[in-house]
Amino acid sequence: MNKHFFSDMSVMLGRSMRHIFRSMDTIITVTIMPIAEMLLFVYVFGGAIHTGTDNYVNYLLPGILLIAIASGIAYTSYRLFIDVQGGIFERFHSMPIVRSTVLWGHVLTSLVSNAISILVIILVALIMGFRSSAGVLSWLAVIGILALYTLALTWIAAIAGLSAKSVDGAGAFAYPLLFLPFISSAFVPTKSMPTVVRVFAENQPVTSIVDAIRSLLAERPVGNDIWIALAWCVGIMLAAYVFAMRAYKKRA
Amino acid sequence: MEKAIQVNGLQKSYEKLHVLTGVDFEVEKGCIFALLGSNGAGKTTIVKILTTLLKQDGGTAVVNGFDVASKPDSVRQSISLTGQFAAVDEILTGRENLIMIAKLRHLKNPRQVADALLNRFGLTDAADRRVSTYSGGMRRRLDIAMSLIGKPQIIFLDEPTNGLDPEARLEVWKTVKELANNGTTVFLTTQYLDEAEHLADRIAILHEGKIIANGTLADLKKLFPPAKAEYVEKQPTLEEIFLAIIGKKEQKVQ
Repeated sequence: MNKHFFSDMSVMLGRSMRHIFRSMDTIITVTIMPIAEMLLFVYVFGGAIHTGTDNYVNYLLPGILLIAIASGIAYTSYRLFIDVQGGIFERFHSMPIVRSTVLWGHVLTSLVSNAISILVIILVALIMGFRSSAGVLSWLAVIGILALYTLALTWIAAIAGLSAKSVDGAGAFAYPLLFLPFISSAFVPTKSMPTVVRVFAENQPVTSIVDAIRSLLAERPVGNDIWIALAWCVGIMLAAYVFAMRAYKKRA
Repeated sequence: MEKAIQVNGLQKSYEKLHVLTGVDFEVEKGCIFALLGSNGAGKTTIVKILTTLLKQDGGTAVVNGFDVASKPDSVRQSISLTGQFAAVDEILTGRENLIMIAKLRHLKNPRQVADALLNRFGLTDAADRRVSTYSGGMRRRLDIAMSLIGKPQIIFLDEPTNGLDPEARLEVWKTVKELANNGTTVFLTTQYLDEAEHLADRIAILHEGKIIANGTLADLKKLFPPAKAEYVEKQPTLEEIFLAIIGKKEQKVQ
């Protein structure tokens, strides 16, 4: 590995983290919105939703975290697009730096910034009554799944950011990802849904991921969910990575 | 004279569009070389190949003694690119932009490097403002200042005055001349004829994928019939009028 890899990477990370902390818009969308949704679901809709548990915050939190990640990676795509369009990508690529850090800096930023927003959301959830009996290993498993989900979505975002023709295009791909948790077991149990919707809900990635995280946090046996969740995350990540690299090579 | 850039039989096509069909030229060290051509002639394509952003289909290009295809890392050590659009980070401040590039060039004292350049380019007062608040001219000055970090031997300026107002354009010209006086080789593309005339030691004209003329301004003038002496009343150009009025205004303000 090139001796400058870590120093170049830290410059890239520092740069895009500054972009995030200087953009009120980003902070609102990736942290405040998911918290607002959590408040809305717990204190407005929650009373009418029957999940079979007495603590709806516990039930809801995994889905909210996935929504936060989907909002977060929309900005990864946006920042990548701006870099390519503004010519700073070319400036970096014509410099004697470790080239891969130009793209990986954005990926690392996505991981770090999503970790921060997830931490803030969990703290708010704790105030709202979220409780978990999970031990260190279960928490590590939850962190692992969330990190894999973030990476998978980040590479999808990279495809969009690198190949989009307009700013709107760079962000639009995130809407289905934001919507997916609503047609899953994230907010209500799937058994109340009509058959067609239910079949979709039970077989899309978000349900297995949400169920796995929920079981881990409640110290219940996770069963097959965790393997299905991991398979989805790794599968999406690898496929998206291949296409993102193809889009990247076209640009570079 | 040593050569900073040697290009031989360079070819590049985008699908069926043959942009470069055999480009040959050389640039001597320490001179200002202007590549002139209309929009879409392939000037930017040449710049991209020479700065290792794009691979050629045929021919060779050697920059500072290194082949761009086989030794891109060594080429990148020797050059700096100021692209067609000011490639600056809008969200960072001017100072942060300079420090960022100094760190990426692995210099020991990025802060001092940034301070010196801010001073030299008259950006000290705006140093801690976000670049998104800068005028076009200030942005371009910052852009060029970023390109000077690490003292590259060859600087590529792709249409450096495109979209600038006359004052900012003169500022850029002054900077380019200073660079060349300090021994830096400047490779410049432009579609403004007066820019090439004003700045360049040598001018090459790119047309339909080939260099159709290459030489000093005097050489190029010889291609035309000898000048006839005609008496014409010297009228001030609009640019001169504009600058004169602006200058007066500034004096009044002071």
